[in-house]
Amino acid sequence: MIPTEQEMYKSLAERHGEDLQKKISSARVAVCGLGGLGSNIAIALARAGVGKLHIMDFDRVDISNLNRQQYSAEQVGIYKTIAITANLKAINPYCEVIPEIIKLDEKNIPEILKDDDIICEAFDNPEAKAILVNSILENFPEKYIVGGSGMASLGSANTITTRRVMKNFYLCGDGVSEVSDGTGLFSSRVMVCAGHQANMILRIIAGELNV
Amino acid sequence: MITVNGEKLDFSGNISELLDVLEYNGKRVAVELNENIVPKSEYDNTIISDGDKLEIVRFVGGG
Repeated sequence: MIPTEQEMYKSLAERHGEDLQKKISSARVAVCGLGGLGSNIAIALARAGVGKLHIMDFDRVDISNLNRQQYSAEQVGIYKTIAITANLKAINPYCEVIPEIIKLDEKNIPEILKDDDIICEAFDNPEAKAILVNSILENFPEKYIVGGSGMASLGSANTITTRRVMKNFYLCGDGVSEVSDGTGLFSSRVMVCAGHQANMILRIIAGELNV
Repeated sequence: MITVNGEKLDFSGNISELLDVLEYNGKRVAVELNENIVPKSEYDNTIISDGDKLEIVRFVGGG
């Protein structure tokens, strides 16, 4: 039996507090990139009861993603936006998911992200990360952006932190561990970084702007 | 003297030249000068003055 919307809201409000849950349930968050970071972040936000998730990716699920991304083997070949929407709806049927199969760039970012107050950068390519963060900071100085940089390898999980690097720009990760030949991404450490990002997003929704 | 990410540095020039000195790839950073974001298109034209404070955020691959 799938719980009703009222039952799920009541359950969340009992655990998180009514005032906080109201804020979370009325929040809208953009998750840009649905790989190891974005798929885990989207799930954490849906579980917390975030009302609207605007999710974006241009790629399909690949066998090489299954070591760390929140997809199942039977979803290989499907667009990540479609696959994660199904997974999010299975967890929280009442989260409004707005999927877009799109590659974000300098030209389309201002239009595509104009309605999102909190933006999560969850790309893997460092130049795409820079383009998104710069575009938001230049076009929308009032919006919040939470990014990730440095979560590859099996280094200590304790080196991954959240830093407020600019007024409305938070950066999670160890800042240095990049993907290269022989240095890959592990679900465990990527999830630590994704957890930092999701947690900071929920703190912003709660009005707690310090890290 | 200027301040870059909280550290004092003796430097004169524009932002592109500073990124070269620090060996940062200009396509993988975000730069804030005195708490204002500097658009990438302005890196060459933005001369850094004595006393300026910069935050340079570097992105590495993986996600």
